[in-house]
Amino acid sequence: MTATTANTQSDSMMALKKERRRAIAFGVFFLLVAAAILVLFVINTDNEMMSTLKLNPTTRNKPIHVPDLVLPTQLTLIVLFIITGAMGAYQLGKGFKNAATALGVVFLIFIAAFLVWATRNKAINLLGILSFTVAAATPIAFAGLSGVICERSGVINIAIEGQMLVGAMIAVLVASVTDSQWLGLGVAIISGAVLGALLAVLAIRFLVDQIIAGVAINIFGLGITSFISQRYMQPNPELNTGGVFPKIAIPLLSKIPVIGPIFFNQNAIVYILFATVIVMHFMLWYTRWGLRTQAVGEHPRAADTLGINVFRIRYINVIIGGMIASIGGAYLTIGSVGRFDENITAGKGFIGLAAMIFGQWTPLGTYGASLIFGFSDALQAKLQILGKVQVPIPSEWLLILPYLITIIVLAGVVGRTVPPAADGQPYVKE
Amino acid sequence: MAPVLELRNITKRFPGVLANDHINLRLEEGEILALLGENGAGKSTLMNILYGLYEPDEGEIIIRGQKVAIEGPADAIRQGIGMVHQHFMLIPVLTVTENVMLGDESTYTPVRILKRDEVAARIRELSEQHGLYVDPDARVQSLSVGVRQRVEIIKVLYRDANILILDEPTAVLTPQEADELFEILRSLRKQGVSIIFISHKLREVLELADRVMVIRRGKVVGETKTEDADQARLAEMMVGRQVALTVEKGPAQVGDPVLNIENLYVMDDRFQMVVDGVSLEVHAGEVLGVAGVQGNGQTEFVEALTGLRQVRGGKVTIEGKDVTNATPRELVEAGVAHIPEDRQADGLVLRFPVADNFVINTYYKPPFARGWRINRAAIDEQAQRLIEDFDIRTPSAYVPVSNLSGGNQQKVIVAREFSRPIKLLVANQPTRGLDVGSIEYIHQQLINKRDAGVAVLLVSAELDEIMGLSDRIAVMFHGKITAVVDAADVSKEQVGLMMAGSSLEEALKQAPGRSDRPIEAIL
Repeated sequence: MTATTANTQSDSMMALKKERRRAIAFGVFFLLVAAAILVLFVINTDNEMMSTLKLNPTTRNKPIHVPDLVLPTQLTLIVLFIITGAMGAYQLGKGFKNAATALGVVFLIFIAAFLVWATRNKAINLLGILSFTVAAATPIAFAGLSGVICERSGVINIAIEGQMLVGAMIAVLVASVTDSQWLGLGVAIISGAVLGALLAVLAIRFLVDQIIAGVAINIFGLGITSFISQRYMQPNPELNTGGVFPKIAIPLLSKIPVIGPIFFNQNAIVYILFATVIVMHFMLWYTRWGLRTQAVGEHPRAADTLGINVFRIRYINVIIGGMIASIGGAYLTIGSVGRFDENITAGKGFIGLAAMIFGQWTPLGTYGASLIFGFSDALQAKLQILGKVQVPIPSEWLLILPYLITIIVLAGVVGRTVPPAADGQPYVKE
Repeated sequence: MAPVLELRNITKRFPGVLANDHINLRLEEGEILALLGENGAGKSTLMNILYGLYEPDEGEIIIRGQKVAIEGPADAIRQGIGMVHQHFMLIPVLTVTENVMLGDESTYTPVRILKRDEVAARIRELSEQHGLYVDPDARVQSLSVGVRQRVEIIKVLYRDANILILDEPTAVLTPQEADELFEILRSLRKQGVSIIFISHKLREVLELADRVMVIRRGKVVGETKTEDADQARLAEMMVGRQVALTVEKGPAQVGDPVLNIENLYVMDDRFQMVVDGVSLEVHAGEVLGVAGVQGNGQTEFVEALTGLRQVRGGKVTIEGKDVTNATPRELVEAGVAHIPEDRQADGLVLRFPVADNFVINTYYKPPFARGWRINRAAIDEQAQRLIEDFDIRTPSAYVPVSNLSGGNQQKVIVAREFSRPIKLLVANQPTRGLDVGSIEYIHQQLINKRDAGVAVLLVSAELDEIMGLSDRIAVMFHGKITAVVDAADVSKEQVGLMMAGSSLEEALKQAPGRSDRPIEAIL
């Protein structure tokens, strides 16, 4: 008995040691962020400066008016510095229960400090940044959700980029010809289903390596859309004027201060995204389809021995995945700029996969991660307006931030990210 | 009365093999029928046909007097057939409830929302009724192997199956867990469930079954009531010749110490100290058996000795030379042979041909290498020789080793390790999953090496194996060696008690001993 006790004691001591080392690393990192706030921002300010963050939209939709945030720059930065420093100290001392969340909070504080510093003696439309964030996150989120639904059933969909490109072009073509964005969206979804089915047949029926099949579809998508764009759309500009889904302010919800204009004054495709996130979340965790999807993605043989048709579920999910990706593509044309340009996706399909991993293969997590990616997009766009004197760093640097976080997450600093066990493995019946 | 299940003339051909050759089988209501046979005899094929995973080339299946077509597991389940597979068909990240309901979910329409609570209640009812205790809300990955098997049985009962097939259910269980399983199966039999029990372990079959059917090379070679059978006769039917169930061995010619372990500490993957200060000495010409229930640190212990896991403290020497934390190659060159616990993961490269697997740890040395080039001729020549010497059943030396049966795969490892001069042999569960014929062969090889003056460290959870081969026995419990005794002085019961955690004194008091000689514990 004494031996066992001693044993567990030495066990827990080792485990503690390891935990402790990680906790210390986090604490030191928090203190470094605090120091960065001090060195980079606080010493560049004086106590006369004010930062104005506008919280009311300039659009027609008028929510209940709230006063803008007018902050004394230096004082705010010092407060943020103290909070971060205190968090670092607490982490080094007692330690946060959920260090990952604490890391997220510190990240947000740093961004806030940056914003306050960047707007010293100026005003910036914070609401504009945030509502642009939601818009910029939309195609990324569709791509990520497409990844979630495919990979949960065990098929890696790296073809999202190609599916989006084709969807983007077909949407604008059809909308131009028929003058209906809804028809454009509908046909785009059909194209996504076709490309999804192609990936499914290659990966499930013919057991082609899923990565290779996906890359092939991407190359096909880029090639065919570039060709059609150069050959037919550029000589005939009337084929490339699909118009844009109008913004719809949702009654009541859009009147909520701050939240309203950010989330509830967007166009139909963004609302389709919200619905997709919620429905997919519910379907995955609470329905028969969700349970079977998980089973097939984790241990297809087990599902097979219980009479579940593994192939059928994978076909369904990959085809739906293609449809979701193509909605994201359509958003890039008829949801925002109204025209198609070559390679208009510019890697958004892959960023969506990063969001999926960041979001731990869950719909809600993926949408949250997409918002972070979208936010850095928005920040980059809006800070350019403030000018070089105000923000003396190239705005592209800000674009690096989300990828940096992704790498940290993937490196396993914040807990482990675990894909479905049979992800990417073809299933072969004996 | 018609039997619950009848198979008539079932025939199944795989390319080049006749897996099932006109097999007939009858299963009566409330009976436990054992299907006994060597690996590859066709037992699992037959059951997979019954469960709809394979399609038979000929033959028919009759259930309660009705001829039925079983084209997939769904059909089998509908006919009341349930199967517990050798490798569990559970999804680790899901809960017990989810695993049980999967494929037969009770739901609310229209979008088929899962009724988790209803299923959990049903599981509680079933576990109450059959003594299968398990928490419906636990995630399967947090459960022990024995409990996972209970979940598999609940899965079958949840589908109201009355014909239960178990494919080698005890292969992964500790002796205690196996006993519990037998209790459960007996109680199911009492409630009218008919059971087919696949095994190659004679003792279990005799203990549990009402009737035994022996299959060899795809044919039924015999059938008998268990009360009329004994181990020797069943073994003979199974293998087709007389089998020595115990190894003939002379007294050990013990030489100088070869392996010396002082105060060894090793951690597992979760940084738990699972080998906690072990000291042992193995001499030339003896078999030291390390007995212990699985999961008491043996795996990590052996990995540390063979260079596959970091030693956290202590010292290992071979003939005085320090080999603590030596690499596997350094150990091979120091004369260590290793028969790993998981032959497919650690012993073989499954996709490589048999011939290449023979040289996987010596390919860089002459004669297999000439400078930086591989000498194919020497490799081929050695392959032919070893296949012949060790009687390895393979179509050729160039088929992937994955095509071989488990017993023959193990022979490939043994042949490779014994093809070079060795001083120390570390064998971890060398006969796990093998049939009696192969076990006999491997055991004889181990004893031959001992008699040739090699120090043999045998780690096994099979009490019979430990008792049959060892000259000395060390008992491992919770990462510590709790006793080292002379094998001639203790009985099987005493070692069993110590494996379960009793001290040497307690074990001697509680169980009858083997000799009257006072036991000297070497600690």
